[in-house]
Amino acid sequence: MEVAKPIQHNQLVALEKDIKKERRQLAVKRFFSNKTVLAGSIMLIFLTLFAFIGPLISQFTPLQIDPANRLAKPSAEHWFGTDNFGRDLFSRVAHGAQVSMGVGLSVAVLTAVIGMVIGLYAAYYSALDHILMRISDALMAFPDILLAIAIMAVLGPQPVNVVIAVTLAKIPVVARIVRSSALVIKEQTYIEAMRAQGASSWRIIWRHILPNTVSPLIVQVTYVFAIAIILEAALSFLGAGVPAPDPSWGNILYDGKIVIYNAWWMTVFPGAFIVMAVLALNLFGDGLRDLLDPHSNKALKE
Amino acid sequence: MKAYILKRLLSMIPVLLIVAIFVFFLIHMIPGDPAAVMLGPEATPEEVESLKEELGLNLPIYQQFFEWSLHALQGDLGNSLYMNQPVLDAFTSHLGPTLSLALLAQGVSIFLAIPIGVLAARKRGTGIDRTFMIIAMLGMSIPSFLLALLLMLVFGVQLNWLPVAGYTSLSEGLWEHLKYLILPAISLGTIQAAVIARMTRSSMIDILSMNFIKTAKAKGLKQKVVIYKHAFRNALIPILTILGETFGALITGAVVTETVFNLPGIGQLVINAITRRDYAVIQGTILLIAVTYLFLNLIIDLLYGLVDPRVRLNRK
Repeated sequence: MEVAKPIQHNQLVALEKDIKKERRQLAVKRFFSNKTVLAGSIMLIFLTLFAFIGPLISQFTPLQIDPANRLAKPSAEHWFGTDNFGRDLFSRVAHGAQVSMGVGLSVAVLTAVIGMVIGLYAAYYSALDHILMRISDALMAFPDILLAIAIMAVLGPQPVNVVIAVTLAKIPVVARIVRSSALVIKEQTYIEAMRAQGASSWRIIWRHILPNTVSPLIVQVTYVFAIAIILEAALSFLGAGVPAPDPSWGNILYDGKIVIYNAWWMTVFPGAFIVMAVLALNLFGDGLRDLLDPHSNKALKE
Repeated sequence: MKAYILKRLLSMIPVLLIVAIFVFFLIHMIPGDPAAVMLGPEATPEEVESLKEELGLNLPIYQQFFEWSLHALQGDLGNSLYMNQPVLDAFTSHLGPTLSLALLAQGVSIFLAIPIGVLAARKRGTGIDRTFMIIAMLGMSIPSFLLALLLMLVFGVQLNWLPVAGYTSLSEGLWEHLKYLILPAISLGTIQAAVIARMTRSSMIDILSMNFIKTAKAKGLKQKVVIYKHAFRNALIPILTILGETFGALITGAVVTETVFNLPGIGQLVINAITRRDYAVIQGTILLIAVTYLFLNLIIDLLYGLVDPRVRLNRK
C-alpha cells in the first residue's frame, strides 16, 4: 500500500513563495492594465523629476536678477523666458514645483494622519462623535479658500502657515471619510467577538478597524493633495500665500498677471504645471479607487 | 413634517455656535497684541490702548465673546477700521458683483453640463462619451482663476474682444453689466460644469439601467420621452444635491476669479482687508458666508423632506 508522503516544510515555504510571487505579479499586472492610474503615475514621476532635476540643469538661480533682460521671450538661453525682474522663468517654475508640491504633500500627509485619528476615535466613541462631527460641520461651512485666507491673514504669509491653513480646512473631509468606513467595520461580528474576548479598545481600533479604512483614506488623500496645490496657488496668487521673492506656482502667476499684456509665458508655463500636477493626482486618485475597490463607482466606468 | 423641521433647526444651533466661536477666536490667534498688529508699527501706545478699549479687548474673554455674539445676532458685526463704516454695510455694498458672477456662472455651468452629461450617458462607452469625460477631467483640474487668466490672455489681450478689468452695475444697462462678467462667468462656470456633468452622467447611467426604463422602452415610447420625461426627472435628485453642495465652491471660485478681473466684489473686500489688517471685515465676511451656506443647506434638506418622505422618517 502506498502511503501519502508527508509534505516537507521546505515545500510549503516554496509554495508560499510561489503564491506570493503570483500575487505580486497580479498586482503589477492590474496596475499596468489600469490606464488611469498609469497615466497619473507617469505624470507624477515626470513632475517629481522636474522639481529635483530642473534646478540642477538650469544655468540660473531663481532669484538672480538681470534688469537688462526683463520680460525676454522664451529662447535657447531662457527656456521659459524671463520675468519682470529678468529672473529666469524655467528656474523659478522648477523651484516653484518644489515649493508648491512640497506644500501639497505636507498637507496630504498631515490631513491623513490627523483625519485618521479623529475619524477612528469619532467612529468608536459615539459621545466623542457628536462633538467632533459638529465641529467638522462648522469648519465645512466655511468655503475652504476663505477659511484659509482668514487663517493666513492672522498667521501671516509663510509657506508653513499655508500648510497649517489648508490642513485645517481639509481635515474634516478626511476625518469624515475615515469615520464613515470605520462605522461600518465597527458593527461587524468579528469586532463584537474581539470585544467579547476582552480586547482593548486601542487594539481593536488600531489593529482591526484601521486596516479596513486605509483604501478610502488613501484615495481621499490623493484628492486632498490636488486641492492643496490649487489652494496654495490661489492663496499665493491673492498675495496671502508663499511670499515674494521665493517662487511658487501661485506667486509667479501673480507676477504674471501684472504683465499679462507683455508676457504670456509668465501665465502659460506655471499654469500648465499646475494643471498637470492636479490632473495627475486626480487621475491617480480615480484609478486607485477602481484598483482598491472594484465595486465602487461602476457607473463611471465603461 | 413639523417635527422634522424643528429637529433640523435645533441641530443648527451647535454648528452655528462653533462657527461663531471659531470666527471670534480668529482675532485672538494673531501673534502678539491684536490691537497693536491692527494699527501697525507707527501707532503710539495711547492709540493702541484706546483701540483695545473700543474693541473691548481688556474684558475677560467669555464676556468679550458674549458681547460679540449678542451684537452679531443683531446684525452688528463691528466697524471696518479702514473704511470707517459698519462691516455689514461694506459687505452688502460688495455683494452685487459676486452674486451676479455666481448666478451667471451657475447658469453657464447648468447650460453646459446637463446636456453634455445626458448625452455622455446615452452614448456611454463611445468616442463622444470618452471625449467629453476627458474634457471634464481636464476641466476639474484647472483652478478657475487660472482658466480666468488664460481666457483673459486669449479674448482680452490677444483678440481684444472683451474688457479684462472693471465693472458697471446692472443699473447702467444689461449689456454694459454683462460685458464685464462674461469672461469671469465662463471661467467659473466651466469648472463647475465639469463636476456637474460627471455627476449628471453617472446619475443618468444608474437610472437608465433600471427596470422602469426598460418598461417605458418596451411600451414603445419615443426615445426622447424616455430620456427626458422618465429618466432625467429621476436623475435630477442627486444633481440638485450637487448644485447645493457646490455653492461653497462657487463662492470660493467667485472670490478668487473676481480678483483676476478686478471686480469690486467680496473677494476684493477680503483681499484689501488682509493687506490693511482690517480684521473686523475678515471676521464679518467669513461669518456671513458660512451662515449663508448653512442656511442654504438647511433649505435644501427641508425641500428633500418635502419631496421625499423617506428622508424625514430616516433621520428620526
